[in-house]
Amino acid sequence: MFDKRMTVDDIVDQLSDGMTIGIGGWATRRKPMALIRAIARSNLKDLTVMAGYGGMDIGLLAATGKIRKLVFAFASLDHFPLEPHFRNARQAGAFEVLELDEGMYHWGLRAGAMKLPFLPTRVGIGTDIINQSGFDFKFVTSPYADGEELVAMPALVPDVALIHAHRSDEKGNLLTLSKDALFDELLVRAAKKSFATVEKIVPTAELDMKANSRYNLVERAMIDGVAEAMLGAHPSSADPDYQLDLKHIKTYVESAASPEAWAEYKAKFIDVSEADYQAAVGGAEAVTALPVPIY
Amino acid sequence: MTDISYSLAELVIAACAEVWRDDGEVMATGIGPLPRIGAGLAKLSFAPAIQTTDGECFYTSEPVGPGKRAAEPEFEGIANYDRVFSALWSGRRHALVGPVQFDRYGQANISVIGDHQKPKAAMLGARGFPGNSISHPNSFFFPSHNKRAFVEGEVDFVCMAGYNPARYRNGKPPVGLDLRRIITNLCVMDFGGPDHQVRVISLHPGVTFEEVQDNTGFPLARIADDIPTTPAPTAEQLSIIAQIDPNNVRATVFKDNPAGDRRAA
Repeated sequence: MFDKRMTVDDIVDQLSDGMTIGIGGWATRRKPMALIRAIARSNLKDLTVMAGYGGMDIGLLAATGKIRKLVFAFASLDHFPLEPHFRNARQAGAFEVLELDEGMYHWGLRAGAMKLPFLPTRVGIGTDIINQSGFDFKFVTSPYADGEELVAMPALVPDVALIHAHRSDEKGNLLTLSKDALFDELLVRAAKKSFATVEKIVPTAELDMKANSRYNLVERAMIDGVAEAMLGAHPSSADPDYQLDLKHIKTYVESAASPEAWAEYKAKFIDVSEADYQAAVGGAEAVTALPVPIY
Repeated sequence: MTDISYSLAELVIAACAEVWRDDGEVMATGIGPLPRIGAGLAKLSFAPAIQTTDGECFYTSEPVGPGKRAAEPEFEGIANYDRVFSALWSGRRHALVGPVQFDRYGQANISVIGDHQKPKAAMLGARGFPGNSISHPNSFFFPSHNKRAFVEGEVDFVCMAGYNPARYRNGKPPVGLDLRRIITNLCVMDFGGPDHQVRVISLHPGVTFEEVQDNTGFPLARIADDIPTTPAPTAEQLSIIAQIDPNNVRATVFKDNPAGDRRAA
């Protein structure tokens, strides 16, 4: 039988030192946090992390020393605007960065998804984004009458994309039920391999694709493996299944205050099994009862 | 003449609203409570066509203020992440944002203070500032007008493009670059001086040009010898502001919620 089911640890076993890993979601929304926690616990090192729209994913991987290079446009916890572990690591010069505009990141993924070497854009012109020492941005001149000079945004091609969705069947037919699909589809299309965690794996019939087809993220042919991970986005949201956990995010923010505070957080929430993690954050009942945030 | 008392926050909200006055049907994005309430005020008074969102991913029929809501707003369209880029790249958006550093060219920074590879302070990252700056009009709000915000040289990391000829290969900024107004706790400025020099176009009541200049790291132009006073919000505007912001979030932006007219203090 055709079956792509794996465990979270099986997915992490597919990763290796030095890889370029693209992470989906947005700041505090649908981050594949069960996978991020598993990477944080692993022996993996020297990763290039592509997280254009970063949050705790960047912070946790920075705090656990996994990042050699970060490709990003921002790192924020939204209601807590500054990501404290990202800040600490960045201010210590812990990793190399390539900082992009959000739209450039989107454009780089689109080029990757289209198997093009680059896409032209005006974005970046006039800014320090195109003057970074770590990357030599090139320009292209429009071959048409306008002759405009544009930035050639290179394709972003992660070795692996990691995303979190709501439902899947065993074949990797995904549903992302939230109001905003974000750019997870492009990330998957750009990456050489893609793995998804989902809240629940169900029989194909239960996906009710006829009603839900507009939430079908991408062709299953693009998905190499799918793992069931209930609360796998926590403490970010997987709306409508559950909302972000502001109280936990506050605890996480406070863990950046000192090495002792971080050691305590890590022992309680990272260096434990996912079952213990879920229990430590109050279990499914508490998480699904979290209030809808106000933006 | 009736004396209407108003706070500095309410004066700033009215000044923020003005940035959208002649924009027509555009997406109006006000980042932070006062710019957001300002966009709402514009929409409910002189700029009914502007589109505002719930702060997440829907356009709403009525403006949505900051903080708790009594009822769910009426949704009138989608403003998800993908569509925000589609709208902004088309130019049909005017954002009012709050950078950390700003320079004489209108170059803005929200990424780092200090060296980019090993910063003294890491902040957000460039976010969408580079694309916004060359695609659609932008205005700015600064709650503390001082020389740390309005820096002497260039900002430490240019996230938002400005009117600096040295940054452009042919010396000319792209046609989409359109920096509009800067609203602070002291005054309203624009780029209407010679060669896009930043210029004071109105002073908040009780503030002098010298006070503004002393708190700015670069030379400012002035609109006239007699600089107008920033218009006080009208009774009608104050009532609309209260309607958009029933939680009175506006009272928490400036320390001790000072009066809008410093002469009265």
